[in-house]
Amino acid sequence: MQMVELETAGIVKRFGTLVANDGIDLSVARGEVHAVMGENGAGKSTLMSILYGMQAPDEGSILLRGQEVRFRSAVDAIDHGMGMVHQAFKLFNSLTVWENVVYGREPRRGPALDRRAAIAQVGALAERFRLSVDPTARVGDLSVGVRQRVEILKALYRDARILILDEPTAVLTPQERDGLFDVIRTLKADQRTILFVTHKLHEVMAITDSVTVLRQGRVTERMATRDTTPAEIIRAMTGRVVNLTVDRKPATPGAAVLDVQGLTVGTGAKPVVDKLSFRLHAGEIVGIAGVAGNGQTELIEALTGLRRPDGGRVTLSGRDVTEADVEAHRAAGLAYVPEDRAVTGTARAASAADNLLMGYQRKAPFTEGLRLNAKAVAEHARRLIGRFGVKIADETVLVGTLSGGNLQKVVIARELTHQAPLLIAEQPTRGVDVGAIEFIHAELVAERDRGRAILLVSAELSEILALSDRILVMYEGRILADLPAGAADEDRLGLLMAGRTGQAA
Amino acid sequence: MDFISAFMVNSTVQAITPILLAALAGSLCARVGVFNIAMEGQLLIGAFCAVAGSHYTGSAAVGVAAALVGTVVFSLILAYGATVFRGDAVVICIGMNLLASGLTAYLLRQLFGVSGVFSDPNIAELAKIRIASIQSIPWLGWIVSRQTVLTYLSWALTALVAYVLYRTPMGLRLRGVGEDPEAAGTMGIDVRRYRVVTVLAAGALTGLGGAQLSLGTVGIFSEDMSAGRGWIAVVAVMLGRDNPLLAALACVLFGIADALSVKLQAQGLPNQLTDIVPYVVTLAALVISYRRKRGTRLA
Ligand SMILES: Nc1ncnc2c1ncn2[C@@H]1O[C@H](COP(=O)(O)OP(=O)(O)OP(=O)(O)O)[C@@H](O)[C@H]1O
Ligand SMILES: [Mg+2]
Repeated sequence: MQMVELETAGIVKRFGTLVANDGIDLSVARGEVHAVMGENGAGKSTLMSILYGMQAPDEGSILLRGQEVRFRSAVDAIDHGMGMVHQAFKLFNSLTVWENVVYGREPRRGPALDRRAAIAQVGALAERFRLSVDPTARVGDLSVGVRQRVEILKALYRDARILILDEPTAVLTPQERDGLFDVIRTLKADQRTILFVTHKLHEVMAITDSVTVLRQGRVTERMATRDTTPAEIIRAMTGRVVNLTVDRKPATPGAAVLDVQGLTVGTGAKPVVDKLSFRLHAGEIVGIAGVAGNGQTELIEALTGLRRPDGGRVTLSGRDVTEADVEAHRAAGLAYVPEDRAVTGTARAASAADNLLMGYQRKAPFTEGLRLNAKAVAEHARRLIGRFGVKIADETVLVGTLSGGNLQKVVIARELTHQAPLLIAEQPTRGVDVGAIEFIHAELVAERDRGRAILLVSAELSEILALSDRILVMYEGRILADLPAGAADEDRLGLLMAGRTGQAA
Repeated sequence: MDFISAFMVNSTVQAITPILLAALAGSLCARVGVFNIAMEGQLLIGAFCAVAGSHYTGSAAVGVAAALVGTVVFSLILAYGATVFRGDAVVICIGMNLLASGLTAYLLRQLFGVSGVFSDPNIAELAKIRIASIQSIPWLGWIVSRQTVLTYLSWALTALVAYVLYRTPMGLRLRGVGEDPEAAGTMGIDVRRYRVVTVLAAGALTGLGGAQLSLGTVGIFSEDMSAGRGWIAVVAVMLGRDNPLLAALACVLFGIADALSVKLQAQGLPNQLTDIVPYVVTLAALVISYRRKRGTRLA
């Protein structure tokens, strides 16, 4: 029997009438990796922020190694050996890695900051836990995966015994995720305890020792990972059976909706997007696979009007939109689910109704002369909230308080209901629960069958494989391969994504 | 070559002092995320308090002390307004500039019974320090010697501010507070306290600047005598991108441009034309730094 490191008893947290945590008992053994699962809005992040002292519970208690503790703030929790990596990193981009890590607890020499000692300490810590980071690099120059390591280093520098990771893999590439898992194993070997929030079942099966499942703020199940199956976890989360495979008929592509010819972004010998050409037809889903940083972001920016290309031609529904801005793209027939739901995808300080209206505001029946028709707006919002299962009190709630997955559903709902011929979807299911993934996937296929052209960008190879009729593999700004769905599998894509064409023939 | 005389170099160095001190203040405030554009008013309050203190006691040192206290008290408006009361710094600063202008004009009338300009033999000026070993060296003697103690201090403070910002734990924390107050808060930093203390320290710096303005050459106070120096300091802060050393460099540049305009005037060019030289330099510098900063991303 292992020692219990962390326990909670009857944690309750209310937001107005909504009960986000409804009497949660949690028990986590020392040195284990403990998954916390549950649908969007089940109360996972709320529980984590209570454990990290950012919110005070309305009822219940926290026991750390058998001692009751009451955190007054996150700093207080840190002093008790808690560490947390938030989904939105809390880093100073203009500062270096070591400055970020030692911030607030700097080694000193006289009145001055002991730079050399700080770099040495951070370097040693990174080496010990296999977090490969250059302590002197500027955080703003680092990739998402490395920034996450900096966050982990910050917690370890403060000697965190318990590390909370809230959806840490949502923003990672598969390679970066494997790196994170190595780090988690090293931490575990050092008898540190890890709380791991995720929606991805294969990750739970791969890395965790036990699972606590939440549903509507309550614990529905506790299980040892080795004694359970993904299907059982899903049932505990949703109370039903979820179909993990996507049912779809072969595509029947129509006329070209998007025609990209020689698109170039960036200048010099090696532009980020390098004379790239492809066509996307009505009634097909084309997936873009590739290791992050091979020009996908820039390609999408150029296709949506967020960035002006440096060469080539883009035609959307017969109109030349190469030089057009976002509004003109939308007018020509573009719907867009951006990668970052919180910054680009929604206005956090606006209500759900306003967020769901955006882009329709000049259309009937929402506008009458100069006035907005409030009733039509509210009805529209209620209809989408119901159809997409957004967990929200009503349509007037500001979206800033929504859980991550529910925010994503707001963006999806809005963009899918635009009857635009082209839909560009970047990471459409990032952070949403399995039930919602099933639903969003089915909606995307239904939209395809209605004759829409869909360009899908996803870091999840399984998602690309499940949905795409055609897969384009991007490597160093070019399309390395254009495969029909039947010809692709994870292994072959993996090789292509690494830039190897020879073996794949 | 005698295009610019040694004496003129001396007065240029002296004229830079208040702008430099204000620019240091502005850089510090920017570093903690408070956009301070009240330096114009802060200099004016400092100048007034210095003259008042000096006039009543006959001591320039007391004048400087009065300027320090007066400006720090005046800066409480920004320190608390932009933090505890969550006001918009720009709006507060505009108010402070207007208040400083009106308040000093009013007090001038009430305390000294004059309007416009106040000069009086009782006002003790700051002494010019002569450094015997350097004084006789041509040029250098005029730059480094025969300056007020505040001028020396302002350059020492430039070094100190840079040292604190880039070499000490407190400086690291300050920079973090300005870049992302929320992140700093989660690391246990009391963001509000850091901001209040920094804004008050900046107040002290501008107080010294004000004292130099009114006691540095001839002991005199005239209404709105800061005459745009606070605004030039704002531009220096922006050009220096919140780096005190670069801001100091910008101040030197302005000083030279200013001296140049005086020189051109002496050469017979109409003063309407020569007066614009410092502003042309400012605009040119802004445009150049803007072009360097610009990225390609549109949205
Ligand atoms: N500050 C807040 N004010 C009001 N309601 C909130 C607040 N924070 C969370 N909630 C609500 O509490 C519920 C639980 O949210 P929480 O973020 O814990 O969900 P979650 O399980 O992390 O979901 P996801 O998987 O989507 O991240 C949601 O309905 C959310 O809208
Ligand atoms: Mg969450």
